[in-house]
Amino acid sequence: MSDEIQTEYDTAGVEKKFMFLNRKAPYGTIYALEMLETVLISAAFDQDVTLVFMDDGVYQLKKGCDTKAVNMKNFSATYKALGDYDISKLFVEKESMEARGLTQDDLIEVIYEDEDDDWAEKPAIHVKSRDEIAKLMEEQDVIISA
Amino acid sequence: MLHLVNKSPFERGAFESALNMARKGSAILLIEDGVYAALKNTPFEDKVSAAAKDIRICVLGPDLEARGVDQVIEGVEVVDYGGFVDLTVDHTPVQSWL
Amino acid sequence: MKYGILINEGPFTHQASDTAYHFTRAAIEKGHQVLRVFFYHDGVYNANALSEPQSDDRNIVKLWGDLAKEHKIDLVVCVAAGLRRGIKDQVLAEGFRISGLGQLTEIGMAADRLITFGD
Repeated sequence: MSDEIQTEYDTAGVEKKFMFLNRKAPYGTIYALEMLETVLISAAFDQDVTLVFMDDGVYQLKKGCDTKAVNMKNFSATYKALGDYDISKLFVEKESMEARGLTQDDLIEVIYEDEDDDWAEKPAIHVKSRDEIAKLMEEQDVIISA
Repeated sequence: MLHLVNKSPFERGAFESALNMARKGSAILLIEDGVYAALKNTPFEDKVSAAAKDIRICVLGPDLEARGVDQVIEGVEVVDYGGFVDLTVDHTPVQSWL
Repeated sequence: MKYGILINEGPFTHQASDTAYHFTRAAIEKGHQVLRVFFYHDGVYNANALSEPQSDDRNIVKLWGDLAKEHKIDLVVCVAAGLRRGIKDQVLAEGFRISGLGQLTEIGMAADRLITFGD
């Protein structure tokens, strides 16, 4: 590979709003898992990260997934670990949940520790309306979706 | 904001999702199989015409040509790849409805 | 404008890589910079040197390699997605390099626009 191709960029001091938009169901395709891997890596870069789950993406947070019979890696626990990586904004679209007969009780719990509030444990998953999410999307610098 | 839709509205809900989320002043660009949403005489025509009042709706010409379709709804603008680039300059962020 | 390009699908099965290629060319023709093209999910297959399309069809792997050489574009294949799919150094086409997911976050930070091409 040529030495002339730039492979590093100076991003010191850059803080952008990154939205990771999850619209696909888990396990039928790999997108949910690989998006999660992207989110975990991005946590090291101190950006303003929001995860949004809409359309079939809301199923990614469903409680009680058991993948033994399909012999696939169960990654529900990885969502729960997001709180440990200071990812505190997991927004689930209300209309997508309602269309699928889901309530927040059907979803897993993700907890983070709020460093601005004496490390109080707080829920990271919030149900937001379509309008709220649409407005939030417009405020982002980068939207990564799969 | 620019919304990119690349799947046929008959096949997938992505186009409807994009229409639901696109706010006034944003743009939607239909590419690849998404171009079918730009055509007259489909169940989507009325929705597209109504949305075009507040949102700039464009369709990628090369993808229309590839599919042999050209009866584009009035108010929907045909652009080429250069126009696609220009849309990304004029709007941020860019969201792909996959 | 500085662009980052994310390609989520492999060559031929989806149009994503073709569309991304035409977009990238058009952006360069308009005087913009493409800082990096990142290949993720099945997009890693765009770097497979063993790809052998029919002789009267476009060679997508080669098109990307040639474009990168001509315009000094950084083509990066995600190591984790690549490993899963058998895209390793032994089959890596000219013009591509393998690196981590951090390269995607980096380009999201460095570019003015990150455009995703996928399914």
